[in-house]
Amino acid sequence: MGGILQQCIHSGFGVEMFKEDLTGPEYAERYIEKMQLAGLEFRTNSLVTELHEDRTLVYTNPIEGYVEVQGKAVILTMGCFERTPGQINLYGDRPAGIMTAGTAQSFLNKDGFLVGKRVFILGSGDIGLIMARRMTLEGAEVLGVAELNPYSSGLARNIVQCLDDFDIPLYLSHTVIQVIGSSRLESIIIAEVDEQKQPIPGTEKTFEVDTLLLSVGLIPDRHLTAQAGIKLHPRTGGPIVNNRYETNVPGIFAAGNGLHVHDLVDWVSLEGERAGESAARYVQGELTDAELISTEPGNGIIYVVPHYVLKQVDEDVRFYFRVDNVYKNVKVNIYKDDELLKSLKKNVMVPAEMEMIKVANQDILDASRVRIEVEVL
Amino acid sequence: MIKEMVCVVCPVSCRMKVDVNAAGDIFVSGNKCKRGVVYAEKELTNPTRNVSTTVRIEQGVHSRLPVKSDVEVPKALVLDLVKALDNVLVTAPIKMGSVVAENVLDSGINFIATRSM
Repeated sequence: MGGILQQCIHSGFGVEMFKEDLTGPEYAERYIEKMQLAGLEFRTNSLVTELHEDRTLVYTNPIEGYVEVQGKAVILTMGCFERTPGQINLYGDRPAGIMTAGTAQSFLNKDGFLVGKRVFILGSGDIGLIMARRMTLEGAEVLGVAELNPYSSGLARNIVQCLDDFDIPLYLSHTVIQVIGSSRLESIIIAEVDEQKQPIPGTEKTFEVDTLLLSVGLIPDRHLTAQAGIKLHPRTGGPIVNNRYETNVPGIFAAGNGLHVHDLVDWVSLEGERAGESAARYVQGELTDAELISTEPGNGIIYVVPHYVLKQVDEDVRFYFRVDNVYKNVKVNIYKDDELLKSLKKNVMVPAEMEMIKVANQDILDASRVRIEVEVL
Repeated sequence: MIKEMVCVVCPVSCRMKVDVNAAGDIFVSGNKCKRGVVYAEKELTNPTRNVSTTVRIEQGVHSRLPVKSDVEVPKALVLDLVKALDNVLVTAPIKMGSVVAENVLDSGINFIATRSM
């Protein structure tokens, strides 16, 4: 139980939910204890292979074999996958020693295997930064991190405590252009990229490394959605949901990294609570249908979750969104149709850090759409 | 002199401006909570970090048990402490919060299990 949290042994979890700085396993154990106290039934070692529109699902495990069950409600909380070497068209040989940062993390923190001695990291996602520190602590030498964008895709605190603390260089606007090695990785070549993200000739640097870790993005796990007829959002990669976290299929809800990729586990839990509450209300027949207010990403915003708000009295809505670039000294404006509803000043906004704004439900009930926009001052 | 600093206490990563006057008083702005002030003061005098790592465990579901330091560790000591834990071997069952290594390298710092196994 606990998913990816069990291999995230670093701290930084629970600041919002428990007002404490916990490690991943500690955070998971708090919830596992709650679950055991509530006497909830659960299955481990089980893989769900099918999900249908009538909320029937099929799972398999070594003890029960093939089992079909129908839920009164289903909540999808499958988390996300890391983008793999194959998905980024890495040019060069195909030696051993190239893997995602999360794979290396699992090997190191659960099994005790250090996957390499001289390491380079492509992508500055949080898992990559955390693994730069973790592998350094365990005696590996991390030679650098290359990030395609001119800004980091990980949290600022991780740049400080995972890279700066150990003098690991971060190469912004750089990418790996070739990997070299016959059986094991022997070296990589990185180069600076221009504004079109094309490598600039003459800027190549070679690093002799035995390991290349990738931290180049996360994609919601959606292997069950197509069969059930659940509509996906092109930018988040996860299902489209309303403010009850219900998908377009009645009685199927979604939350967490399987809905959209988060930075903070606390926000994942908050979403899960909301989805759980809605599912309970659905089962008791308390959810009624209503007209939909659409939420739209305006200037500078990549996406907004939830994608719809129901026109009915409910709890306040928490809008989660990400900006498309680094912004300094801006205002975030929330428009109800074309009327300015709320405006917040922000000193710095970066794509790596998800934003959240709470809006009173009754304030938007007479709108047909809500738009969130960045205004540069 | 005004120094820019990113607070590492929690994932909010507050971007702070830290000013020290001639008398050595520290002024912090940009922090969303009071822990930012404590962090800035420590960062300028004696920087410390939380340390998480693993130790070997026998008869558990995994072969490593995650542990953390019970207090923040002076930055200069971090690598030595982690290295010193190489020799620790525990046996399951272990309860979350139990001490698995006491007073490591006579630093007064203990390491505790961060999960039950």
